[in-house]
Amino acid sequence: MKEQKDYIQDLAEIRSMMERSSKFLSLSGLAGVMAGIYALAGAWIAYSVLEFTPQTVSSGYIETGTGAANLTQLILLAAVVLVLAVGTAIAFSYRKASKRGESVWNAVSKRLLAGMSVPLLTGGLLVLILLSKGVLVLIAPLTLIFYGLALYNASKFSYDDVKYLGMIQIGLGLLGTLYTGYGLLLWAIGFGVVHIIYGIYIHIRYER
Amino acid sequence: MKLSIDDLHKAFESRVRLGIMSALAVNDELDFSSLKEFLDVTDGNLATHIKKLEKLDFVESEKSFIDNKPNTKYSMTKKGKKAFDDHLKVLETIINSNK
Repeated sequence: MKEQKDYIQDLAEIRSMMERSSKFLSLSGLAGVMAGIYALAGAWIAYSVLEFTPQTVSSGYIETGTGAANLTQLILLAAVVLVLAVGTAIAFSYRKASKRGESVWNAVSKRLLAGMSVPLLTGGLLVLILLSKGVLVLIAPLTLIFYGLALYNASKFSYDDVKYLGMIQIGLGLLGTLYTGYGLLLWAIGFGVVHIIYGIYIHIRYER
Repeated sequence: MKLSIDDLHKAFESRVRLGIMSALAVNDELDFSSLKEFLDVTDGNLATHIKKLEKLDFVESEKSFIDNKPNTKYSMTKKGKKAFDDHLKVLETIINSNK
């Protein structure tokens, strides 16, 4: 005969199984902090070394003498920041999942990635198209907007808090298209400062 | 309706079966290997419990092939969903009544 505490245990296990099989909770807060640091470093290099400060839609950044070389460097810089951030996220998630005795590549993480991929690929392609047309000023804000949409979508399969992170990025992105002169600054706030604050919040709330 | 311990479905006495039903309650469908990972049980053990749930018509399966390997996806039937919800209600009632 089962006892009262067995039924409470039953309910606890049902809850835990429902959560484990529908939400990927091995996202690492520390990886968020690291991504923020890479982004800030990247934005600083773009601003002070490569002098990337497009002010208007038809920026003369490409036409100026050193522009073309700088643009290639800028794309390279963006790629390095992206690879570092994604690589750190995967490595830290892998470690966290191992600690929890879970696999990092499971039914839930696949769904999480599928949910993010449509907005991210759309945004990525749009940015490349704008790049080819020389419309540089909208690129930083648009990366914020599409990243925010991807996060909002992903929150269904992870921490609910990811939803708010997504909405903040969308808001910053929209501000960036409104005040184009602050595009890079808002990008640094969104991908840099907000990631760091959010990462610390996740770390304190779920990882200690 | 008065609910008591007698109303708890025998099918859910096993923690593995309860786990299978919990996972399927929040997923439209799951394949064998995903269930196995979530539950952390052996192939044989999981297969036995799934078979029992299929016999009760609580769980249904759909067989297909991915890269020539058989892949079976499991989902909860309406009957299974109702039995699981009822089971949760009874659990809650028992716990609340003894507080």
